[in-house]
Amino acid sequence: MDFRFTKEQEKFRQEVRGFLEEELRQGNFEPSCDAWIQGYSPEFTRKVAQKGWIGLTWPEEYGGQGHSNVDRFILTEEMLRYGAPAACHWFADRQIGGSILRYGTEEQKKELLPKILRGEAYIGLGMSEPEAGSDLAAVKTRATEDGDDYILDGQKMWTSCGMFMNYIYLVARTDPEAPKHRGISEFVVDVSLPGITITPTIDITGSQAWAEVFFDGMRIPKKCLIGEKNRGFYQIVNQLAYERAGLERLMANYPLFDAIIKFAKETKRMGKSLSQDRLIRYKLAQLQVEFEIGRLLTYRVALVIDKGSTPTVEAAMAKAYSTTFEQHLASTAMEILGLYGQVTAGSKWVPILGMAPHSYLGSKGYSLQAGASEVLRNIVAERGLGLSGKL
Amino acid sequence: MDFAFSEEQEMLKKMARDFLSDKCPKTLVKEMEEDEKGYSPELWQEMADLGWMGLVFPEKYGGSNMTFLDLAVLLEEMGRACLSEPFFSTVILGGLPILDAGSEKQKQEYLPKIAGGKAIFTLALTEPSAQYNPSSIAVKAIAENDDFIISGTKLFVPNAHIADYLLCVVRTSQQARAEEGVTIFIVDAKGPGISYTVLKTIANDKLCEVVFDKVRVSKENILGQLDQGWSVVQRIVERAAVAKCCEMVGGMQKVLEMTVDYAKERKQFDRPIGSFQIIQHYCSNMATDVDGSRFGTYQAAWMLSEGLPGTKEVAIAKAWIGEASERVIGFAHQIHGAIGVTMDHDLQFYTRRLKAAQLTFGGADFYREIVAQEMEL
Repeated sequence: MDFRFTKEQEKFRQEVRGFLEEELRQGNFEPSCDAWIQGYSPEFTRKVAQKGWIGLTWPEEYGGQGHSNVDRFILTEEMLRYGAPAACHWFADRQIGGSILRYGTEEQKKELLPKILRGEAYIGLGMSEPEAGSDLAAVKTRATEDGDDYILDGQKMWTSCGMFMNYIYLVARTDPEAPKHRGISEFVVDVSLPGITITPTIDITGSQAWAEVFFDGMRIPKKCLIGEKNRGFYQIVNQLAYERAGLERLMANYPLFDAIIKFAKETKRMGKSLSQDRLIRYKLAQLQVEFEIGRLLTYRVALVIDKGSTPTVEAAMAKAYSTTFEQHLASTAMEILGLYGQVTAGSKWVPILGMAPHSYLGSKGYSLQAGASEVLRNIVAERGLGLSGKL
Repeated sequence: MDFAFSEEQEMLKKMARDFLSDKCPKTLVKEMEEDEKGYSPELWQEMADLGWMGLVFPEKYGGSNMTFLDLAVLLEEMGRACLSEPFFSTVILGGLPILDAGSEKQKQEYLPKIAGGKAIFTLALTEPSAQYNPSSIAVKAIAENDDFIISGTKLFVPNAHIADYLLCVVRTSQQARAEEGVTIFIVDAKGPGISYTVLKTIANDKLCEVVFDKVRVSKENILGQLDQGWSVVQRIVERAAVAKCCEMVGGMQKVLEMTVDYAKERKQFDRPIGSFQIIQHYCSNMATDVDGSRFGTYQAAWMLSEGLPGTKEVAIAKAWIGEASERVIGFAHQIHGAIGVTMDHDLQFYTRRLKAAQLTFGGADFYREIVAQEMEL
């Protein structure tokens, strides 16, 4: 047992901080909540790529750095702490690169991995559909074989990175006759090919970080298929564990945590700092306790991955826990701000850049994306505790 | 970073679990709750023979020179078994403070006795004010030649009625700062002027009122320095809080296992209740609370074991586990249904003990305030 980071890891953390401090100093970004999923900066992503910080855990033979997942969590923890705009590369780095490494052909690896590593492949996540949310295996988008190609028809929703992507990762039905889990395949597709229409989804915060994607007879070469035809669902289950695994589930609104603590210390009411008020001390300390426990539950996921296991149960547990924390943080910040809590960014009188209302509204989606908390609890119960509907 | 036990710790854990399943069945736990002494001297001696009491003492004091983290492994298993022996009070509240702050002479005198199972210790810290802060230490010791005379009442002292020695925290001088003027004495528990009343508590865990009526103690029995005892007390409280967390993690893990097993067996509406999603989700929440408590607790235990300053980590662990254990017990009862609230069922042992453990050595509010201070609020 050892709850410390190694000296090299501490040094690496300082290096990441140094980089982010310098970017801040140069005014290249402003810390903001949800920047990992809503902050698109090709320039920032290029710099991160130059540092070698995309594909940190990938094997060296494919241009990665062969680092541990704990190292990657240190990197992402700092990106999140600073609210850095890392959305262009986040998904490719987190899960699609790993999927290609695991299931892709040598040709796909040679084509796609270097682009991801250079910070030039912005890969959107095309999973959800109007009738396939938690029940992902219900996807209806069809990929029909036609000579050397597949023809795509259908619709995706909530495609992360949808308005910025140059590639889309998607799951589509390749065998409509098979039982639903056994007729699905994975693809990575260049979105510059004809037959695709992308329109933004405006979420409750006003963000356009997600999109609806329509495929109308879109012809894609067969080499876009990742892994085995009709085995896609089983490949995804693995990928989803990684999608859920990260600190972004705990720290998406970390800049708000920093800001509300600072606000409580600096704001005086009746001659006393808010942070001297017993109730507010209680609330902020409780958030800190919840945060620290969530951090341990999440670093445990990295340790499981580094031991060579897929963190299905651990990631499900950490994500369900963490999104609850984020929602608690956002609503507590709103309470502390009182009437000011409702004033949004850009308005006269707005406190702490309007992070609180943005996060409060946005966090309603945290417990839905990448596995609704109910689905995650099913996973913990079934895979972790041996409970199921078929007892 | 590594959250797993070492191979040796896994072996220690297995050995402790096997031993306690065999020697400390719930029939014994129940018997000891009703027993006047509250522990089994035979089992106590067997534990000493296994080297448990001296686990972390250096070899020259009859110990095995293992770490506090190793001790944490044992404590977890003791919590799982609802062990009633006075291990916590003797080792955590007596032995380790002497190892920390005692003179060489005191160490040589007391530690081998503890390691051999020949002396039971406890700590007389809290008073009727029932607080863990320095200003709550009001029982006085008045200097008289080479002695001190202690008078007053200590409350919530575990196992005092069977103790051979008490570490008694008293005020030896009035100073502007409450932290100054606090002294710890090692007191012969069977000496004249000391009387005990065992309190009736939910866990039947033999918390006592201890009344000191002009009890004479030599200044040679001061543990540490005269008037400078508060920093020693702080370390004791910190370590005791973590040790309690370890016991609680053991209890919570067992409650989770019992509950999941029961959910798989118990049938209603012609199917096991564990096949219903609401029950599955309750169990999933329990597992999350148990794991969170485990990592928080072992993080703090590891800090202390490594000799690192762990005030914040201890506070986080104890603040968290108080509420987490409350939720775990709540779900456990809801899933067990009415059978779980009978005295014939094992669950009630954990319900009563976990609640008592939440309250002792600082509850969630106490530690949230420490977290607030650590955050510089």
